[in-house]
Amino acid sequence: MAVVTLQELTKEFPGNGHPALAALTAQINAGVITGLVGPDGAGKTTLMRLIAGLLTPTSGKIEVDGRDPIRDATELQDFIGYMPQRFGLYEDLTVGENLGLYADLRGVLGKEREETFERLLKFTDLAQFTGRLAGKLSGGMKQKLGLACALLGHPKLLLLDEPGVGVDPISRRELWRMVQDLIEQGIAVMWSTAYLDEAELCGEVLLLNEGKLLFAGEPSELTGRVKERSLQVRNISGNRRQLLARALKRQEIMDGVIQGRNVRLLLQEDAKAPSAEELSAGADAEVAPVKPRFEDAFIDILGGGPGGDSALAASLDKMAGHGETVIQAEHLTKKFGDFAATDDVTFKVARGEIFGLLGPNGAGKSTTFKMMCGLLKPTSGTAHVMGIDLKRSASDARQHLGYMAQKFSLYGNLTVGQNLDFFSGVYGLKGKKRQEMVSEMVEIFSLKSYNDSTADTLPLGFKQRLALACAVMHRPDILFLDEPTSGVDPVTRREFWTHINGVVEKGVTVLVTTHFMDEAEYCDRMALVFRGRLIAVGTPDDLKESAATDEQPDPTMEDAFIELIRRNRG
Amino acid sequence: MANRPKKSAFFRRLLALCRKESVQIIRDPTSILIAVVLPLLLMLIFAFGINLDSSLIKVGLVAEDSGVEVQRLAASFVGSPYLQVITGARPEMELALRNGRIRGIIVIGNDFTDKLERFGDSASVQVITDGAEPNTANFVEAYARGAWQVWQKERAAARGLPERPEIGLESRFWYNPSALSRNYIIPGSITLIMTVIGALLTSLVIAREWERGTMEALLSTAMTRSELLLSKLIPYYFLGIISESICIAFATFVLHVPFRGPLLATWLVSSFFLFSALGLGLLLSTATRNQFNAAQGALNAAFLPSMMLSGLLYAINSMPVAIRVATYLIPARYFVDSILTLFQAGYVPKLFWLDVAFLAGSSVFFLGLTAVQTRRRLD
Repeated sequence: MAVVTLQELTKEFPGNGHPALAALTAQINAGVITGLVGPDGAGKTTLMRLIAGLLTPTSGKIEVDGRDPIRDATELQDFIGYMPQRFGLYEDLTVGENLGLYADLRGVLGKEREETFERLLKFTDLAQFTGRLAGKLSGGMKQKLGLACALLGHPKLLLLDEPGVGVDPISRRELWRMVQDLIEQGIAVMWSTAYLDEAELCGEVLLLNEGKLLFAGEPSELTGRVKERSLQVRNISGNRRQLLARALKRQEIMDGVIQGRNVRLLLQEDAKAPSAEELSAGADAEVAPVKPRFEDAFIDILGGGPGGDSALAASLDKMAGHGETVIQAEHLTKKFGDFAATDDVTFKVARGEIFGLLGPNGAGKSTTFKMMCGLLKPTSGTAHVMGIDLKRSASDARQHLGYMAQKFSLYGNLTVGQNLDFFSGVYGLKGKKRQEMVSEMVEIFSLKSYNDSTADTLPLGFKQRLALACAVMHRPDILFLDEPTSGVDPVTRREFWTHINGVVEKGVTVLVTTHFMDEAEYCDRMALVFRGRLIAVGTPDDLKESAATDEQPDPTMEDAFIELIRRNRG
Repeated sequence: MANRPKKSAFFRRLLALCRKESVQIIRDPTSILIAVVLPLLLMLIFAFGINLDSSLIKVGLVAEDSGVEVQRLAASFVGSPYLQVITGARPEMELALRNGRIRGIIVIGNDFTDKLERFGDSASVQVITDGAEPNTANFVEAYARGAWQVWQKERAAARGLPERPEIGLESRFWYNPSALSRNYIIPGSITLIMTVIGALLTSLVIAREWERGTMEALLSTAMTRSELLLSKLIPYYFLGIISESICIAFATFVLHVPFRGPLLATWLVSSFFLFSALGLGLLLSTATRNQFNAAQGALNAAFLPSMMLSGLLYAINSMPVAIRVATYLIPARYFVDSILTLFQAGYVPKLFWLDVAFLAGSSVFFLGLTAVQTRRRLD
């Protein structure tokens, strides 16, 4: 039964290039979780706000339960439960006060109120925390409280804007199960996400990219389109990154990624799979078909991934000293008051390695990162980069570092050229060398046509290129990447990792943080970060194997993470 | 009957929102800081830090003549409670004036005794002042003149001359008999405090709701526009009135500033001023939806005009015409006017009701504009 119908729905914001939503026609049904899937800027939040009556459409029509969200706002208020993306609750009020406020606003009173509170607190497992300030809750508990508030007054349509962001994998599963319960009661749920693995679990999906609806329907229908086109090259002898680069040059290969020690490939339509020999994958290697993923289908719609060559890597000379330790953290601890953001963290990274810190928001990844760059002083323990103690000479160490911060820390109102010029100066490049480097970066990343555009107005992919260019201009030995590709579309992410894979082959060392489980598989080795501590360190495959149980012989990265957290708790 | 449930829902939601707002005010140390600590601090600064009465000005005295009368006159200058006199030669004093060590030079010429004896009272003293600081220069001049008059009186008495009927100017300050600037500046500072609470604090809290995304959640409930606005107005209105009461109590009981006006009238005019300040604060935060911009806006649109254009620090009469006209648009002008009257003179109906009328008008204007600007939607 259609609860929401959208007809040619368009929303434009003045001053933006393309419409936030372009002629969207779709429907959302009761009794099913509809995944609203797409990268940042796809129009997910805009669509939710339009349905919630918080924005007016530029053109087209929305009907919620047969009514207009703007004109019939009052009648629809009880019909819709909306949970905004940013935790829309008061951090300085307690759990109970937040619930009370929304119960008053939604008119849940008297006996019904008591019953509802009891039910919701039990449902969300928050009963013992009613007196706690909402700001002091963990990411997962916050989202549960948000859900509880959105559920007050029995809405028939639940709009959840990225509820899985900033939540550890265990809480994310719990949240998912809770929502699953709700749809069994006949509620329609819209769950927006940038995680493509979440999309696969939804009953129906709307796949959005840059305001356009790319697909509407069951996810299996979409993955069905790339049926028998997904392959995995296993037991590779030799370098898997070079194999990937070779494979991507072949006609029949549309896309490819590193997956732990294996390489995953997507074939062009009606193409024949190459043999292990053709890929020169080594004597023991095999090419096995695997189950297609949502991401494969997304790439297919977007017309395939970029090639496997990195012009950036080609411009670098091979560095000496392969295998020596270049990053070292020993018993690193950072306390804020009596809260240990990073707790006794020890790891080593060798030259030419990609080392990942994987964990949910708030786990302590960024704090560890900042100590490794010398931006934060550890409470105890030491951090060394290229053998330099960051406590003693942080600025010397930083000269060897390239840093790319979350959400590309560029100067939005400077042009591409000005950003490059600024960062080249910051990293101490001078005179002719500086000019050469800037023009080389413009060349490598094809930024010429955008040279005079301000960074804010660049398309996402070019923003990412510019941010990377600014970070590598001084030819650092080590790259620190903080959530480099969160919220970008898979093609843009592929392009990024092509460069990273390329420079690593030349001997650059990469330390990367991510909360994307998939992205972790690009790493040579990784550490799982949970509540400030490293609960496991190893190759992605080792970690998965060590977490295998009888029920789950072949766990995904997320399964492994959950299992290892569980074991760690004892 | 059909209206009944709607009405009760209105009050229920309004009460819930007001309660939430009050809890937030109480829990947020910065709002207590702004409402209680800052006003007291501001009053202390105004009471002891800023004093528009210039006392004990350093001046140089150059006595080029050494006659008896000259010495008497010099003693009269030295004896003035307002002047701190150093003596020396003319070039030395000129250097001191140039270096800013003294604020003026009093020169008694070498022909002073001669002139005094030959032509009677027409002997003159030269007063050189530092015109770079006109206010202080005026004081130097006035204090020197005072000392001169003291000397003349003493001289007449010494010579046994009868008190000549002179046309003299005798000033008397009404309402603030000792002309203490503290009695004027402290009540005036209440204007600044109310502006800070009304415009600055309020604009910050609403902008914060936009920034943190809580507004979006509120808008998705049945809350109406008027409930939203009232829930912001009422708690901050009370906060402002409480803060003002603390200020008045502190001013009268601790700083001993006389307070004559009836409390009821003070409350009435303060309420209207607060409404207009709150209205401006609400308007700014609704328009900017961003704490930084709202604070900048409140500073420029409310705080600075209250300080510069309200007549509190700079006399409106001496402003250029264009700016003088502009002051009529500043609500603080009317509030400064009425609060000063209430403190120093008491209730003067004609002035009072005029001020109240203007403040009521500006309250309606700002609150009305906010109501028009406030949308139940995000675009």
